[in-house]
Amino acid sequence: MKRMLVIRIKRCLACKSCELGCAIAHSESGELFGAILEQPASRSRVRVAGDAGFAMPLQCRQCETAPCMGVCPTKALNRSGVDDPIVLDHGLCIGCTWCVMACPFGVISLDEQRRAIVKCDQCFDLVQRGRLPACVTACPSGALTFQTSDDVSREKREACLVEFRRAAGQPGEAV
Amino acid sequence: MPVPGSHQRSSDPAACRMLELAAQNALKLAYDRYDAMQPLCGYGQLGICCQNCNMGPCRINPFGDGPQTGICGASPAVIAARNLARKSAVGSAAHSDHGRGIAQMLLQTARGKTPGYRIKGPAKLRKLAEEWGIPTAGATTEQLAEKVALAALEDFGRQDGVLRFVSRAPQKVRARWEKAGVAPRGIDREIVGTLHSTNMGASNEPHHLILNCVRAGLADGWGGSMIATELSDILLGEPAPLVSEANLGVLKRDYVNILVHGHEPVLSDALVVASQSDEVLDACRDAGAQGLQLAGICCTANEVLMRHGVPIAGNLLHQEFALVTGAVEMMVVDIQCIFPALRDLAKKYHTLMVSTSPKAHFEGFQHIEFDDSRAIESAKQILLAGVANYVNRDKSKVHIPTEKSPLVAGFTTEGVFDHLGGRYRPSYRPLNNAISDGRIRGVVAVVGCNTVKIKQDEAHLALVKELLRHDVLVVQTGCSAIACGKAGLLTPEAADLYAGNGLKEVCDAVGLPPCLHMGSCVDISRILTACIEICREGGLGDDFADLPVAGAAPEWMSDKAIAIGFYVVGSGVYTVVGDPLPVMGSPVVADYLTNGIEKDFGGKFAFEKDPIQAARLIIKHIDSKREALHLSPMMFEPRPVESLGKPLVDDSARAAVG
Repeated sequence: MKRMLVIRIKRCLACKSCELGCAIAHSESGELFGAILEQPASRSRVRVAGDAGFAMPLQCRQCETAPCMGVCPTKALNRSGVDDPIVLDHGLCIGCTWCVMACPFGVISLDEQRRAIVKCDQCFDLVQRGRLPACVTACPSGALTFQTSDDVSREKREACLVEFRRAAGQPGEAV
Repeated sequence: MPVPGSHQRSSDPAACRMLELAAQNALKLAYDRYDAMQPLCGYGQLGICCQNCNMGPCRINPFGDGPQTGICGASPAVIAARNLARKSAVGSAAHSDHGRGIAQMLLQTARGKTPGYRIKGPAKLRKLAEEWGIPTAGATTEQLAEKVALAALEDFGRQDGVLRFVSRAPQKVRARWEKAGVAPRGIDREIVGTLHSTNMGASNEPHHLILNCVRAGLADGWGGSMIATELSDILLGEPAPLVSEANLGVLKRDYVNILVHGHEPVLSDALVVASQSDEVLDACRDAGAQGLQLAGICCTANEVLMRHGVPIAGNLLHQEFALVTGAVEMMVVDIQCIFPALRDLAKKYHTLMVSTSPKAHFEGFQHIEFDDSRAIESAKQILLAGVANYVNRDKSKVHIPTEKSPLVAGFTTEGVFDHLGGRYRPSYRPLNNAISDGRIRGVVAVVGCNTVKIKQDEAHLALVKELLRHDVLVVQTGCSAIACGKAGLLTPEAADLYAGNGLKEVCDAVGLPPCLHMGSCVDISRILTACIEICREGGLGDDFADLPVAGAAPEWMSDKAIAIGFYVVGSGVYTVVGDPLPVMGSPVVADYLTNGIEKDFGGKFAFEKDPIQAARLIIKHIDSKREALHLSPMMFEPRPVESLGKPLVDDSARAAVG
C-alpha cells in the first residue's frame, strides 16, 4: 500500500536535520564528511519552510494525479506502479521547468549545477531495502513519519474519539 | 537497525562480558544512548551551528543551499573557528583549574593547614625553586613550598610578561610563539581572552580565532597542566616505576570495593592513606569483608597508580562496566569525565555514588565535600560509608570478570634518565643515540580518551602495535595508557611480543616496557618536558619541530583533548587525531589546521580514523624528520605483522638493512 511522508507540524523545531539527511542520502559517498566535499554538491529534496514560530518540512506529496507528470513533455517524470513515488529519469529531463511551474507546493526545483530538476523520490532505494526515507530517519523530534494514508486516518479517528468521549463526559483511552 | 554485538563495541573481553550482562538485565549504557541519539546532528559535527548570540541560532547548509552566513554575517569559517576557540578555552580551563587546586593545596600544606599531607618531593621542589629564581639557601622545605606555590598561583593572574614555564621551551619554539603573538601570558587571561574573542561581533577573522585556540592551549600545556604535574610531584611525591594491574579483574569478591574516578589526585591520595588505617580495616572485618580494595577509573586512577601502585579498574567507558559487576560498594568522584548516567545505573545496584569536589556536583549523588584541613579524617569518613554499604551487596548480582593484566607505570621525565642512562650516569644520551643510530625510529605520544563512536580501545591498540613494530617508542597518558595497560602492552614482555628488533634491543637492555605510562592527562606536560630534554641532549635538533616525534589521540572526545591538541601542535609537534575536529563545515579552517598552521607553529593536525593509516602517516612524518636530520638508516626492517603477539624466537627476522 502506498506510504506517504506524514508531517506532524507541532513537532517540527526547524532544525533542518531533514535537509542534511536528504542531501547525504542523495550524495555519492552517502556519508556526511564525504558528501560535503562532492562536486556538484548534493541537493536536498526537502526544504524547511515557515517563519517565526511556525515551520514545517515540505517535500513532494507524490500526488495521485500529478500535475508535474502531466506537463512533462519528455515523460522524464514517471512512477513504476500506483503505490510508487514519482521519480526523475535524468537522461530524459531537458530542464524545461514546466514541472516547477505546475507543482502546487513549490517542492520541485532546478539544480543549477546539474542543469536538471530535483524532487523527492521518497528514497525509493532505501525503502526497497526495508529502511525509512532519510528525512524521517534524520528527524530528531518525530515530526516526520512514513505511513499509509489508512494509518494516518485511523490515528486521526482515534484522536477524534478521545475528544468526543471527553465532550460526552466519558474520558477514556483511544483504542 | 540491528544493535551491534558486544564484540563490536569493545576490544576488551571484560567490557564485552559486562555489555552482555547489561543487555540481559535491560540496563542502558553509553552505547545504547549513542544508538538512541542517531543520527547525530550534522551541523554540530561540522562545527557550523552558531549559538553565540540570540539573533540565531544560525546554521550554515554545508551543501551550499540556503544562507551561507549567519545573521550577523559570520562565514562558516568564522563560525567553526569561534566554536573551536570556545572548546579550546574550556579544555584549557579544565586542566588549569585542576592545576590551580594543586597549587592551592601545596600552599596550604606549606602553611601547615592540611594535617595529613606533607611535602613528599623536596628534591623536585628545590630544583623548581632554583629554576624560578627563588633563593633556596637556608630555606626550609615549607618556606620554599610556600614561595613556589605563590609563584605558581601568580601565573594564573599574571598581567605582565609570560608564564614562568615558557622559558623552558626551546628558543625556536618561543620565537614562533612571539612572532605569532601567542606566547601565553596569564593562564586565566588567555582563557578569558579567548572566550572574549568568540563573543558576538568580537573577533571575526578565522586565523585570529585559531591563534586564540593555540594561545589558550599553550596556557594549558605550558601553564595549568605543567603546574598540575610539577606541583603534584612536589606535594604528593615523584612517581617511580612500579608494578600494578589493570582491568575489572582487580575488583575482589570478598572485599569492600571502592572506586575513585575523575582527575584530581589530592583526595584520592588521602583515600589511599586512609584505606590502610586500622579503623577502616577493622570496619571491613566487622562488616564481614576480608579487606578493602581501592581501584581507579580514568585519570584519578592514573594519579594513584603512578604514586601508590593502586590498581586500575578501567578507562572512560569502564565507569559503567565497573558498576555492572555488582561488586562496587562506592564510587568516589572528583572532577571531569564522570557520566551523570551513573546515578541511574547505581540505583540498580547497592553502589553509593559520592561526589567530593566543590567544582562538580551531580544530581542524585551523595555530596561529601572533601575538607583538606582534615584530609585523612575526611577520607576515612568517606571510606567508612562505603564499608558500611558492604552488607547491602546483593551477591546474586555479583559478576566480576577475571581479566586483569600486569603493568609497569610511574615513568617521568626525570625517571627516564635513571632507566636509560643508569642511576650513576643519568642522561638522555642513550635515547638520543638509539634514535640517531636507527635502533629507535622516534618517539610518539599516544594519549587521550575513549569514545563510543568506535570500538573501545581498538584504535589505541592497533595504532600502538603498528608503531611498536616499526621501532617507535610509545609514551602514554590518560585513557590510552589504561587501554594499553589492560592489553598487556605496558610490560617489558610486550617488547618481545610487539616491538621491532631495534626497539626490543633497547627495551631488553634497560628493562623498559616499549610503552611508557607517564600518568594522567595533565601529565602530557611530562611529554613536553621530555622533548625539552631530548633537544637539550643534542643531536636531534634544537626545535620540537625537528624531532622525529609525533602525537596521537585516536579515540578523543573531550574539549580537554582539543586544548591538548593545540598546545602540542602549537609547540611544533605533528598530531594525528581520530575523528576530525568539528570544523569540517569550513574547508578554510580544516585546511589551515591540517596544512597552513605548520608554517606558523611547526606542527599540524591530521584527521585519520583508521589507526593503521594513522600509524602510516606518523611513520612517514618521522622518517621525513630523520632524513632532514641526516640520521642513520633504520637498523632493522619493521617486524612482520604475522609475528605480532608471538615472542621472537629466531634471528632470521633480524635481517639488517644496508
